[in-house]
Amino acid sequence: MMRHLISAADLTRDDAVLILDTAEEMARVADRPIKKLPTLRGRTVVNLFFEDSTRTRISFEAAEKRLSADVINFTAKGSSVSKGESLKDTAQTLEAMGVDAVVIRHGASGAPYTLANSGWIDAAVINAGDGTHQHPTQALLDAFTMRRRLVGRDAGLGQDLAGKRVTIVGDILHSRVARSNVDLLHTLGADVTLVAPPTLVPVGVEHWPCEVSYDLDRVLPKSDAVMMLRVQRERMNAAFFPTEREYSRRYGLDGERMARMPEHAIVMHPGPMVRGMEITAEVADSDRCTVVEQVANGVSIRMAVLYLLLGGNEPAVTHTRPATERPAHTVLSDEEK
Amino acid sequence: MSKILIRGAQVLGGEPQDVLIDGDTIAATARQGEIDGSGTGLSAEGATVVEADGKVLLPGLVDLHTHLREPGREDSETVLTGTRAAASGGYTSVFAMANTFPVADTAGVVEQVYRLGKESGYCDVQPIGAVTVGLEGKKLAELGAMHESAAGVTVFSDDGKCVDDAVIMRRALEYVKAFGGVVAQHAQEPRLTEGAQMNEGVVSAELGLGGWPAVAEESIIARDVLLAEHVGSRVHICHLSTAGSVEIVRWAKSRGIDVTAEVTPHHLLLTDELVRSYNPVYKVNPPLRTERDVMALREALADGTIDIVATDHAPHPHEDKDCEWGAAAMGMVGLETALSVVQHTMVDTGLLTWAGVADRMSHTPARIGQADGHGRPVSAGEPANLTLVDPAYRGPVDPAGFASRSRNTPYEGRELPGRVTHTWLRGRATLVDGKLQ
Repeated sequence: MMRHLISAADLTRDDAVLILDTAEEMARVADRPIKKLPTLRGRTVVNLFFEDSTRTRISFEAAEKRLSADVINFTAKGSSVSKGESLKDTAQTLEAMGVDAVVIRHGASGAPYTLANSGWIDAAVINAGDGTHQHPTQALLDAFTMRRRLVGRDAGLGQDLAGKRVTIVGDILHSRVARSNVDLLHTLGADVTLVAPPTLVPVGVEHWPCEVSYDLDRVLPKSDAVMMLRVQRERMNAAFFPTEREYSRRYGLDGERMARMPEHAIVMHPGPMVRGMEITAEVADSDRCTVVEQVANGVSIRMAVLYLLLGGNEPAVTHTRPATERPAHTVLSDEEK
Repeated sequence: MSKILIRGAQVLGGEPQDVLIDGDTIAATARQGEIDGSGTGLSAEGATVVEADGKVLLPGLVDLHTHLREPGREDSETVLTGTRAAASGGYTSVFAMANTFPVADTAGVVEQVYRLGKESGYCDVQPIGAVTVGLEGKKLAELGAMHESAAGVTVFSDDGKCVDDAVIMRRALEYVKAFGGVVAQHAQEPRLTEGAQMNEGVVSAELGLGGWPAVAEESIIARDVLLAEHVGSRVHICHLSTAGSVEIVRWAKSRGIDVTAEVTPHHLLLTDELVRSYNPVYKVNPPLRTERDVMALREALADGTIDIVATDHAPHPHEDKDCEWGAAAMGMVGLETALSVVQHTMVDTGLLTWAGVADRMSHTPARIGQADGHGRPVSAGEPANLTLVDPAYRGPVDPAGFASRSRNTPYEGRELPGRVTHTWLRGRATLVDGKLQ
């Protein structure tokens, strides 16, 4: 397993499947009366958030605490950062405190990469979202959700998403979620189609391992999963599209459109949803919408990533599979060794 | 002033010659061994002899685009450290950009920079005046007063910012005709480059960094050459960086429009693929473009569509680059590596001769900027502004040895050919055997 998790593009198929399998094990912890493993006891993890994101921070914090890590939360607002301290100084302060891992959210693309590769710190770095670049644990939790729903909870172990058709709709240009998902889903064998107005698709997208369409209605019947992205209202003022209503008419998901999807197909959203804009309440509250599951799965995925990166000393993967199906980096339990 | 005999140098890359400097001028050039020989009547008696076997002698280089940072950002560079860097790189004349603090938009500021250059003694410093007050693009600066000042400003630029208002640009182009000035445009359409961090394309899409599209440069160049044609003025395009810009300048020249253009050494060598490292040393404006752009720029410099090489030497202190990409300052130092990069990309590839280098890095920039006494032929009676280069040298770039106060070079550790061994400013050695005097 790698030392840092910066980009979904850095994960091999076997790495990704291992994380998903490990997350299944972690999910079982959530079903126990005492939702805690001793795995990261004595380890210190810092949640270094330069950008507001209560949801992601709480998800990481829950994962860290369920693994018994000591957790430090650092938010930029009201901190020394707002007094002009640099990322480097902040990182070195944390390093001096003996931190084992840094979970970083930053408004600038590349900040986690720089933190991991600059030599400022020795800790493992986990990217919790950087600018419009990457959000790898989001992609992993999305893939985890898709595997559970489209392949099966136990049947999915060891499996990838080969042949599944995933449609990602909305502001691709500004979305780290879209970038991470395209990379990871491609690695896992899924076919990805991006749907957006041309103004919200980046120049250079033709080199991404996916299709691009401007026509949602044509893509929906061929989708196993439809992921709606949040569209910020301020994009309208920047002339990315004429009006909110026009956007909703062309790219919003309502009940009528959802009916065109295959029966087994699911609707996903990384949250927070703007109801009435990219998704109607009818869709958001339907059984096919996995938003709440995605949140729960996020904790399991983040537990798995922390466990694997920090090399916890307690075995996490206890299920057994035929040796031929075992990914290259499977964590062996004591019995298996 | 004493005599200096440069023995056996390949003048502009030609046959070995002896060049005798007497005082501040070139006294004679002759075939190797003829000075002091029979029949020439020239004596090198008492001269300091510089053995120049295998070396190339060029007119002192002229940089039409340098940031010396003084006044205001003396922590990154001063006129003294910047001109020492220039002498190290073989330059005898540099044009100092106006984006200082305060902005060089009055006679007072340009005279201060001019005076500091005189005092440094390493290199002639010709201040560039701002086109608009405070580089704000709203109101013309006192262009005439700067021209009439002791600094004698002839080049005007809001570099760092584009003169994006078409009317202001038109007026500036017209106004400087009265005293033969030139407006040097930083071609960057501001709305198209809001939040821009790197070249817009395949790499920016992947890295999620704000894109700086080629069309933001090309649209301004297209507009400005048309404006120059309409009002019958001369316009100079700073740091041209895209293949499309080359096409527009080529078209403009074919139409007889009075336009000149410059390219930086880094745009002749580096591409946006390097940004994948998120190393802010590669963050520069205009941004590094693609391989296709680089090749188009090299060809355009070779065929004369692009007139000159200018460094856009942009020193920044360590802390402005030792940070995450988004927070880093834009720019690279360039004075001390320019000739090596040009040799690597243009001479060693067969695209340009050394005479061509002399033209693109000395004669033509001096002509565009009206730098009297610079960019002259290497012949008797001319001012002894000269640079001696060892083209056989190969070695890694070590910023620790830079004379510039800043170290933000993209070439650290990269092996580049060529080394400037000597520089003479009006007969006075500013660099001897690679050491500043």
